[in-house]
Amino acid sequence: MNDIIQIRNVTKTYPGNVTAVDDLSLSVREGEFVTLLGPSGCGKTTTLRMVAGFELPTSGQIFLAGEDVTDRPPYERQVNTVFQDYALFPHMNISENVGYGLRVAGMAKADIKPAVDAALATVGLMDKAAVRPGNLSGGQKQRVALARALVRKPKVLLLDEPLSALDAKLREAMQVELKHLHEQLGITFIFVTHDQKEALVMSDRVIVMEHGRIVQSGTPSDLYDHPVKPYVADFIGNSNKLYGKIVSADAGQVTLQVGANSVQSTPGQTRYAPGDEVLATVRPEKVRLLADGEDTGNFSVIPGTVREVLFHGSSCRLEVDIGEGQLFDVDVQLERALHTSGIHGSGASVNLAINPDMVSVFPIAEDNV
Amino acid sequence: MKQLSSRLNERIGDNLLTLVATAGMLFLYIPVLVLIVFSFNDNRSLTLPLRGFTLKWYEKFLSNSDMLTAIGNSLYVATVATAVTIVIGTVAAFALDRVTFPGKTVFRRLILLPIALPGIITGISMLNMFKLMGINLSLETVILGHATGLVSIVVTQVYARLQRFNRRIEEASSDLGARPWQTFFYVTLPNIRLALIGSALLSFTVSFDEIPVTFFLTGRDNTLPMYIYSTLRRGITPEINAVGTVIVVLSLGLIILSVYLLRQSEKE
Repeated sequence: MNDIIQIRNVTKTYPGNVTAVDDLSLSVREGEFVTLLGPSGCGKTTTLRMVAGFELPTSGQIFLAGEDVTDRPPYERQVNTVFQDYALFPHMNISENVGYGLRVAGMAKADIKPAVDAALATVGLMDKAAVRPGNLSGGQKQRVALARALVRKPKVLLLDEPLSALDAKLREAMQVELKHLHEQLGITFIFVTHDQKEALVMSDRVIVMEHGRIVQSGTPSDLYDHPVKPYVADFIGNSNKLYGKIVSADAGQVTLQVGANSVQSTPGQTRYAPGDEVLATVRPEKVRLLADGEDTGNFSVIPGTVREVLFHGSSCRLEVDIGEGQLFDVDVQLERALHTSGIHGSGASVNLAINPDMVSVFPIAEDNV
Repeated sequence: MKQLSSRLNERIGDNLLTLVATAGMLFLYIPVLVLIVFSFNDNRSLTLPLRGFTLKWYEKFLSNSDMLTAIGNSLYVATVATAVTIVIGTVAAFALDRVTFPGKTVFRRLILLPIALPGIITGISMLNMFKLMGINLSLETVILGHATGLVSIVVTQVYARLQRFNRRIEEASSDLGARPWQTFFYVTLPNIRLALIGSALLSFTVSFDEIPVTFFLTGRDNTLPMYIYSTLRRGITPEINAVGTVIVVLSLGLIILSVYLLRQSEKE
């Protein structure tokens, strides 16, 4: 597939020597749903604004459909943006807002109307055509902003944290809707968010950013199960952290000593030698509670004592003391928790079974957390 | 009991406030009312009792060609001064809001200075300047004099509006393919329109009844306030009351119009 967008070695420096984006290179395939994920100040929005043309890179190039658009103004780029605060025109009604992009392009009035109607129908706002933006709810404004951007049939749709102003329920609904819209239209989406859940739900590919650089780029499950840095493991989902030392390192499998326990892991390419200080991360829901007499297989087993049981509705979180006061979170699906409810009271002794494939190991030097 | 007395105090306080406010309003508006009443009074001297209704003072001022010329001059000066000011002031406000240039702070202070300067100073200094440059005094020099003062009104209003302006909608416009001039006329201008109309109305009124600057900068032509001032030496005539009444009514009309426009745009 073709790369619809190529960002080549782009750096953006602001006065006062603040580097927002640092030598970033990135390709987006046609039709892909890519999310730039990171905390505020990581350069994700600046990157998006450079693709849109609102900011010029200090150095580097941006290609759109094979054409160098680095120095082109926004109105000469076939990309459209959905803004965080929607940026609807307050002095125009909804159909004027949506038709604006066609009007300034010189399209005849008679041709604008059906295009606007179709766009409004796509987002389900046919009945609001004559209303002004001030009289719409946040969710409706969101849809208008979408329709306004899509009516131009852009090659790429840029979305700058468009859901952050909506309440939780609506946000989830819009996530699904956006995903459907993406599949239906086949347009490339570049989505910017600091919300990891949002990124995981919608994206074909998530790009985690930190300090203006890309930390990791991969499918949501890739990032979740195989983070390349503790930063990623920390930012996406929850992780238990275990500090320890490598005691043995064979091909494809390492054993580390964590307190009184030993834990196995299958690290990727990184080579470790016995004696290396490492940090291991384990997802709370990737841990199983071992029933009495159950075969452990190649799983590592850590004994512990339940300190706290937190009810989360569909699941239960156990805070397990695994010795020396270190707490280890375990998420148990409620159905299973019910079956074995006898042992899950506070103070109960449990055995945690951990799949080596689900343990990520990082050299300690990389752990800035 | 305590509650009751505090409520009583509140009641008394409210009434007192209403009383003071009413007295203030009366103090401001009774003279205007007197002016209007006497403009219809059938008596040359401004004394009570009233002698009966007449329109002859209006007929008189409408047939007074000097006064009509003065009104025409005032309208000309106020209109052109307002137009010039709106253009220069808007450009300056945009420069202050969006462009960084050396000496920007000084520029901002300087442009706001004329509003604090007494008209006499503006008048004398501009008079000197025109003399030095060898320019003859006329209504046009009056217009330039007015414009220097009015620019600060327009700049303050428009600049304040631009500061509250959401630049994202200009970005959105550009993003949707609008060229810079399209963004300005379709998006920026409609959103600062009220500040423009408001400061234009204000500028017009200020220019219309300006005396000090006009006094120094006018040639042989008189504006209305200057004409009225010059006739006052012969005492207040009912004719002056008549023209005063017309001005009051017109100003009121302008104010109501501007309030109406403001309301409409708030609805938007």
